[in-house]
Amino acid sequence: MKRLTPPISEKSLESLQAGEKVFITGTVYTARDQAHIRLVDEKRPPFDLRGSIIYYVGPTPAKEGQIVGSSGPTSSYRMDELAVPLMERGVKVMIGKGDRSEDFHKAMLLNKSVYLIATGGAAALLASKIKSRKLLAYEELGPEAVYELQVEDFPCFVAYDLHGNSIFRRASG
Amino acid sequence: MRKVPAEQVKKSVKEALIRMNHHLDDSLLTAFRKARDKERREVSKSILDDLIENQEIAKQGVFPLCQDTGMVVMFVEIGHELTMDYSLEDVLNQGVKEAYEEGFLRKSVVKHPFRRENTSDNTPAIVHFKHVMGDQLRIKIAAKGAGSENMSKVGILKPSDGAEGVKKMVRNAIEEAGGRPCPPIIVGIGLGGNLEKSALLAKEALFRDLDDESDDEDIRQLERELYKEINALDIGPMGVGGETTCLAVKINTYPMHIASLPVAINIQCHASRHEEVIL
Ligand code: SF4
Repeated sequence: MKRLTPPISEKSLESLQAGEKVFITGTVYTARDQAHIRLVDEKRPPFDLRGSIIYYVGPTPAKEGQIVGSSGPTSSYRMDELAVPLMERGVKVMIGKGDRSEDFHKAMLLNKSVYLIATGGAAALLASKIKSRKLLAYEELGPEAVYELQVEDFPCFVAYDLHGNSIFRRASG
Repeated sequence: MRKVPAEQVKKSVKEALIRMNHHLDDSLLTAFRKARDKERREVSKSILDDLIENQEIAKQGVFPLCQDTGMVVMFVEIGHELTMDYSLEDVLNQGVKEAYEEGFLRKSVVKHPFRRENTSDNTPAIVHFKHVMGDQLRIKIAAKGAGSENMSKVGILKPSDGAEGVKKMVRNAIEEAGGRPCPPIIVGIGLGGNLEKSALLAKEALFRDLDDESDDEDIRQLERELYKEINALDIGPMGVGGETTCLAVKINTYPMHIASLPVAINIQCHASRHEEVIL
């Protein structure tokens, strides 16, 4: 069973193979559509991008006493373009669902980052692996705000590895 | 004449929405299990296991099944013997508002195509009314996520394109969608009517029971063939390849103009949240 613990070094990504299951334990940052638009323009982003893991998610509201609401991945392709400048600034792992553009895939390989998928729609299961949550930025974006999550054994699959392989049966694009 | 109290309508809608966001129909779960046993590769099995476990957690009532708790769609049939001293549409929307606020469901509706400001209570729902004989109010309710809705298609074929033309269009749409609509999917298809009618047929087809087949022999045949052909595409659970891309294909039809063959394809993800209430 493979595990990933951020901050992520390039070396720790080398052995990952597309299609294989990995469990993440540690800090993960949430960011999706609107947060990406803002993050790329930030001179000083709300968290250290280097070696970081970004999770594309917009949870349901948390009930009282609950850490977080349901938290499954959203479709990644919408972040394809904006993910590139973030990888250039050090983001190492992105978690979402579905395939991505060829341009994204190329840029990802160039920056030696990887793309993981979590099971789309398994939002209750995934939320149960989130142990704490802290608001970092853009509160006004509601479910799209940037949060720092602490996750434990968060289940993902390697979608695009460092070696150019893909979990998806058809080519990206 | 029979009266249906507004309060009762609102409460039924609200409860149905909260319920469907935490419980999947048993027939779906059985289908997940069957699909799981059919898969050969570990990764495809593992994704279906996640879905089964997800439902176990969601049904405890704390976490909704999916974070995209959808935009609400309703098909409402109003019996001719009913009287109402309120706007039914307003009351239905009130039920939606209370479900999403009190049920801690995500508000996923924005006001404007470009300014995209959230309406903050998940209203308005998209409501379709039909006036029928009888004294019942039947409300079919769906909470539909965008992941699968975004992969839907409408097109108008030539009558001579026939069943083969329809199949080709459906296969192309499913291929193009790949893993994005969260397969295993259910495919709703509307054949006939016109531009908007075909889309309505496709959406309404998604309310049919998972094992329901068309009464029309040709259409039933087409449903079965498409089911096989879609599953041969090897898109698989979440697009990672595998035996099960779709759990069912449902085709609804309506008469159409001599010169056209409208086709609408509405894709439903595995988090198929539908319910019917009868008042
Ligand atoms: S497509 Fe369905 S299961 Fe997937 S994220 Fe959207 S609502 Fe959830």
